[in-house]
Amino acid sequence: MKRRLSMLASSFVAAAMVLTACATGASTTTESGTGGSTTSNETGETIKVGILHSLSGTMAISEVSVHDSELLAIKEINEKGGVLGKQIEPVIEDGASDWPTFAEKARKLISSDGVATVFGGWTSASRKAMLPVFEELNGLLWYPVQYEGLEQSPNIMYTGATTNQQIVPSVTWLLENRGKSFFLLGSDYVFPRTANKIIKAQLEAEGGTLVGEEYTPLGHTDYSTVISKIQAAKPDIVYNTLNGDSNVAFFKQLKDAGIGADDITTLSVSVAEEEVRGIGPDVLEGHLTAWNYYQTTETEENKAFVEAYKAAYGEDRVTSDPAEAGYIAVYLWAAAVEKAGSTDVDKVKEAAAGLTFDAPEGLVTIDGETQHIYKPVRIGEVQTDGMIKEIYSTPEPVKPDPYLKGYEWAASLSEGE
Amino acid sequence: MEVWILQLFNGISVSSILLLVALGLAVTFGLMNVINMAHGELIMIGAYTAYVVQHAFLAYAPKASFDWYFVLALPLSFAAAAFVGWLMEIGLIRFLYGRPLDSLLATWGVGMVLQQAARSVFGAPNVAVTSPSWLNGGLDIGSGLVLTYKRLFIIALVLAVLTAMYFYIYRSRAGRNMRAVMQNRDMAACLGVSTRRVDAASFAIGAGIAGVAGCALSLLGPIGPSLGTYYIVDAFMVVVLGGVGKLIGTVVGAAGIGITSTMFESWTSASLGKVLVFALVVAFLQWRPRGFVAMKTRALDGQ
Amino acid sequence: MLSKGTGLGRRIPKPWLLAAYGVAVVLLLIAPMFLSDFRLNLLSKFLAFAILALGLDLLWGYTGILSLGQGVFFGVGAYSMAMYLKLEATGGKLPDFMSWSGIDKLPAFWAPFGSFGFALAAAIALPALLAFALGWFTFRNRVRGVYFTILTQALVIIAVTLFVGQQGYTGGTNGITSFKTVLGFSLSDPNVKTALYYITAAVLIGSFVLCRWLVSTRLARVLEAIRDGENRVRFFGYDPAVFQSFAFALSGAFAGLAGVLFVFHVGIISPSMMGIVPSIEMVLWVAAGGRGTLIGAVVGTLALNWSKSLISEAYPDGWLIFLGALFIVVVVFLPRGLVGLFGSAVDFIRRRGKRHDRIPYRPVVPEGERQL
Repeated sequence: MKRRLSMLASSFVAAAMVLTACATGASTTTESGTGGSTTSNETGETIKVGILHSLSGTMAISEVSVHDSELLAIKEINEKGGVLGKQIEPVIEDGASDWPTFAEKARKLISSDGVATVFGGWTSASRKAMLPVFEELNGLLWYPVQYEGLEQSPNIMYTGATTNQQIVPSVTWLLENRGKSFFLLGSDYVFPRTANKIIKAQLEAEGGTLVGEEYTPLGHTDYSTVISKIQAAKPDIVYNTLNGDSNVAFFKQLKDAGIGADDITTLSVSVAEEEVRGIGPDVLEGHLTAWNYYQTTETEENKAFVEAYKAAYGEDRVTSDPAEAGYIAVYLWAAAVEKAGSTDVDKVKEAAAGLTFDAPEGLVTIDGETQHIYKPVRIGEVQTDGMIKEIYSTPEPVKPDPYLKGYEWAASLSEGE
Repeated sequence: MEVWILQLFNGISVSSILLLVALGLAVTFGLMNVINMAHGELIMIGAYTAYVVQHAFLAYAPKASFDWYFVLALPLSFAAAAFVGWLMEIGLIRFLYGRPLDSLLATWGVGMVLQQAARSVFGAPNVAVTSPSWLNGGLDIGSGLVLTYKRLFIIALVLAVLTAMYFYIYRSRAGRNMRAVMQNRDMAACLGVSTRRVDAASFAIGAGIAGVAGCALSLLGPIGPSLGTYYIVDAFMVVVLGGVGKLIGTVVGAAGIGITSTMFESWTSASLGKVLVFALVVAFLQWRPRGFVAMKTRALDGQ
Repeated sequence: MLSKGTGLGRRIPKPWLLAAYGVAVVLLLIAPMFLSDFRLNLLSKFLAFAILALGLDLLWGYTGILSLGQGVFFGVGAYSMAMYLKLEATGGKLPDFMSWSGIDKLPAFWAPFGSFGFALAAAIALPALLAFALGWFTFRNRVRGVYFTILTQALVIIAVTLFVGQQGYTGGTNGITSFKTVLGFSLSDPNVKTALYYITAAVLIGSFVLCRWLVSTRLARVLEAIRDGENRVRFFGYDPAVFQSFAFALSGAFAGLAGVLFVFHVGIISPSMMGIVPSIEMVLWVAAGGRGTLIGAVVGTLALNWSKSLISEAYPDGWLIFLGALFIVVVVFLPRGLVGLFGSAVDFIRRRGKRHDRIPYRPVVPEGERQL
């Protein structure tokens, strides 16, 4: 007897299919059933928006704070009466630090939940994974993190900094104030490699020298060899594009090796208040960061934002640049919807162009052409209390230039587009 | 010259960390043959214990005694991880002896649950511990060479754990029972050894050592829910490369991987270094499938 | 006759069995009528995974070799097809990620992937060759059991680190994405999607029939014999390494094929799909369904993935706890998987009245390991 398969097993598959069919049949009629209350697209009482960040996996250490600030903004807007007279209903999904999962969940939010827009993503990889889904289904994604530029999708609004709003000005500032020789240290993935390519072109054009370049695998935790290499290269500046947990290991071990902020200047682009808390302010004291916003930024709006954030999530929580960018993304979207009088993606995009908002970081404006926003650039220094003190700021918000078209030395970088 | 001394020190330091994370596995995997994929999460428990102890000190102990929190954190980390390990053994692993691959899958599930639990309790972002001031700085051995105290401390800690394990396994009655059960369970049971109790104790000890490793690693690296995932594969490589069943094998395995990876990393890059080391491990196991130190056995299919 | 796995088939009359298959096939055929676009897309993805699970089941359930490196073969297959799709999307221009990474000319090894046929062939042949080469050396040196399993993890680390590090050639962590058409058909066209669903279902059915045939041949007897007593097989004059490598290569080929279909449905492949975590999940699909029963691999894949999707949608911030607990329950309490559970149920029903011919359960554990 050669057959050994179970009829029942097969009929189990069959049953699963039937169940699936029923389940989906049901869900197409109610249209929801997950992600919170099951009220009503039918009655039109609420407007659904998607919140899609990694709540589990390695990226959760960073993304949860953005997720929190976006929910805070939604709550505040709802308390003020919502948008178009309707309450905003967040539909939360977990991207699980896995890029295809981001694509899957984005598709679910748009096509089966019918959300008006999605706030989400952190890594470039998660954005690149979601991008084709948003373009195919004509959704709208608000992406709240600084990134490597060279992108401009009609279906994405970028509320974090592009390279000319963070990296390029910080390199110029370092060359003018701290020294000429650079050591580039990054995690081995797309953002650091692309950022460093830009920095190298800029150093060549502006008279800096490159004395070393190292990439470590994501999640690398032993920096003894890298630190030895840094000691041997004797740079003025370590430009740090390490990601997440690697920063903790690098800075702890750098301090142990007897290298402080006075010996070698380090400037980090992925270390915000939240990360400082996880590394320890004693370890990071005096090191530099480049962002558009700090918890200490002195605006009225920021005072209110920090207060509300702490009231919602606890006194010991801190705000950070990406959290702020997520927060203003919700407000900008709401303003655009009000202006357009509709949640239709094309109308919202049209209304968003030129929109301004008094953000915690200062006045921001949506650039209709690139769908990025004008942002001030700030260099900051980590203090003993874990806060970051601004030591330099651009006088005006900087116009976003994702392809660095305004920089001659960058001409060769964006080829092939 | 100095470069070489520093390289060597770095290599030994990396080896000592690898050894520390692998020693617990040398017991649970090497002796008991349980593929414990939650080993990394036990390390994580140790690290979080250090964090909790520090907070307790900040809140309740006099300020002057703060530096000594770490001395208390080490045994508590052992206890916390050992307790979780003991729960795992009596609740789960017990039913899976003789099914090593099933233990792999089940403990993977345990790891997922522990990670998510840590995220719920401590929050998703990393937490920081301030290292005791007597571990800051380093030993200056001239011409700019500094051997950091933390790394020296970890080397000393590994030696201490290793010695303790040696005496426990090879010189104590409990250790003799443990070896007896691992070598011939039925015979040991006939002779009046409670195999259940020995299993539970051995697994708890292996888990506890992982906890100690986590506590020590909190000095050098991040403390977060996914901490364990960074060490788990490396730890298995160390044990397999060294050869299961003997402590000395694990030591040799850790030294081999630690020193070669430091060398490759300084010659090439960290990424390429990692690739080369793992490729070498695969190649080496082709040559010596049982690792550096193989247990001699007459059984054709035995280990 | 040698061991017959869980031996369920004996208890089920053939006409019923065929009828059940028929129902399953019909359900696959009419699924697009009931499912929303999103759910159909998910189902397509899971069907692709099921193909991988079939190969893994041949390797693990029948040959007793557990590989935690299937993610690599899956990835190699998926990348091969992704390279084709990317080249078609860029229309002869340099893919965007290459120009960011400082590569100004299409690398030579990319060029042949401009042809669909080549990409498809490579997607199946490359993983198979890779698996065969690794298996050949490893099994000949008699590395087996848990040692082999851990060795495959080293393979995963090597592959992922390389794919992430060689950003100019592979797209780094972002992987390869932004595809537009396949053979001129737009991938975003709902009709094309439905067609791709049917293709995936057909490939799955074809793979299943192929596997059923394989396990009915003498080859499967040898594989099972190796699982149950490798040295005895060696003394009979067979070279176990050849058969083991063959089974490994076959599982690699199925994984590659699954990768190809995955890329069509998901539109992205990145190293995150090749890592340790997905590789272990793949094994869990088979374990949950019931190893050593081909239908179990398919059932397990669909059931686990479906529940993962639904649980994570319902509890986005705590779903890992549910999923982890599910794994534990399945492994500890259902050592024969879902299919085994039904087998027990069938036994229970038939035991009343008839003299039952229950076959004692034999754990599928290689001999070497049992003695550990």
